[in-house]
Amino acid sequence: MTTPEKPKVSRRLFAASGASAAAWVLTACGPRRLHEVPRDRLRVAIREMERKYSQQAGKEVKVSDAGALPGVEFAYALDISRCIGCRRCVYACVEENNQSRNPQLHWIKVLSMEKEKGVDFSHADPYYHPATVPEEGHFYVPVACQQCKNPPCTKVCPTGATWTEPDGIVVIDYDWCIGCRYCMAACPYGARHFNWAEPVLPADAVNTDTHYLGNRPRPKGVVEKCTFCIQRTRAGKYPACVDVCPAGARKFGNLLDKDSEIRYIIEHKRVLVLKEELNTVPRFFYFYAT
Amino acid sequence: MRLTTLAALGLAAAALGPAADPPSAAPAPHKRTEERLEVPPPPFTEGLFPCTTCHEGMPVNRTRRVLKDMHDDIVLKHDEEHRWCLDCHDATNRDRLHLASGAPVSFEESYLLCGQCHGEKLRDWRAGVHGRRTGSWNGPKRYLLCAHCHNPHQPRFRALAPKPAPLPPSRAAR
Ligand code: SF4
Repeated sequence: MTTPEKPKVSRRLFAASGASAAAWVLTACGPRRLHEVPRDRLRVAIREMERKYSQQAGKEVKVSDAGALPGVEFAYALDISRCIGCRRCVYACVEENNQSRNPQLHWIKVLSMEKEKGVDFSHADPYYHPATVPEEGHFYVPVACQQCKNPPCTKVCPTGATWTEPDGIVVIDYDWCIGCRYCMAACPYGARHFNWAEPVLPADAVNTDTHYLGNRPRPKGVVEKCTFCIQRTRAGKYPACVDVCPAGARKFGNLLDKDSEIRYIIEHKRVLVLKEELNTVPRFFYFYAT
Repeated sequence: MRLTTLAALGLAAAALGPAADPPSAAPAPHKRTEERLEVPPPPFTEGLFPCTTCHEGMPVNRTRRVLKDMHDDIVLKHDEEHRWCLDCHDATNRDRLHLASGAPVSFEESYLLCGQCHGEKLRDWRAGVHGRRTGSWNGPKRYLLCAHCHNPHQPRFRALAPKPAPLPPSRAAR
């Protein structure tokens, strides 16, 4: 127990230093993640993406590399007392963000819950299909990526393919994602989705306004999720789900702007976050306006 | 003396005003105001407005009654026990509404009328929190009038057919 201690330590040290040297060589000389490459090289990579996607879609696809705006931290608020569960947001998101139509992939899941039970995931039903909504005795909780300030998903990624941008958006580099799906296991909200098969996206359905960290077309074998519509919000627009919601249940803005809708909600309404006990610190709030 | 005080006050106000705020997000920060808000035209039933087209010269009957000859398609489900047409529609200027005070209000500003009873909703609406908002989170926004989403005669939000449910995972992931 006591005698062979010394050589063990040095061997471990040797292995560790070897590994870190290899890692250093790889990051210094090898291919880089898209957010690490210098701007001019990123442009080259993006031109190449545009060429490829335009050819596939048979129309001009633009890939933006817009960075985070200074002084902006995005946040979202959803009014549980207003959502009627119509799923307009689900399909507006699919169209905006070039999700696969077959196999079907949805970034937003609308959960139907019973008023008697309150916010209770063990009794939530995403498959409700009555003739009309809202249903008597039910309320609806749409769930997508909560854009956590303390995200469990980015910590487990072995390749560093997912990280938090300065404006708070958790993004994925589809070229670095190896499809291990650790992040899906780590996410407590089921917000990450895997392309099990080659995504089918009909050419006429392609949204040609894309962002390299967001809705550019994805290959098979990578993980994807909500990015607060990075291609829209960094251009000053509301996310597609905010624009489409007929109930006006969805609110979005800059957490650092004291005059924003989002700050008004946090300061004046009853606000909650999902699974608060996990300390993920979501930037996605739910509230009751009434 | 008074002038200097005023100048000092002005300076203090300027120091407290928006100019003193730290620079906020580009392009233009949106400020909440109590001003009149830009809204799309009110959702009139085709061919009914202006009301004066028919009502001009018609004798005014202020007796509360069930309408039979015209507007009989309107079913009032909005505190109907205490309310009828002329509580909101103006009998002297048919193309306008009026507040409880009698002050006339245009259809474009009908939110002032709704806000008489639903004050907290009006406050939230002005702040951009009640109601559907489209446009830009850091720039111009498009508001809707209360009446675009709530039929003033039956204000409960109408039920909608939901979009299709997601496919169960086994089939979706095939
Ligand atoms: S579009 Fe609005 S009302 Fe409909 S399900 Fe989505 S959040 Fe709810």
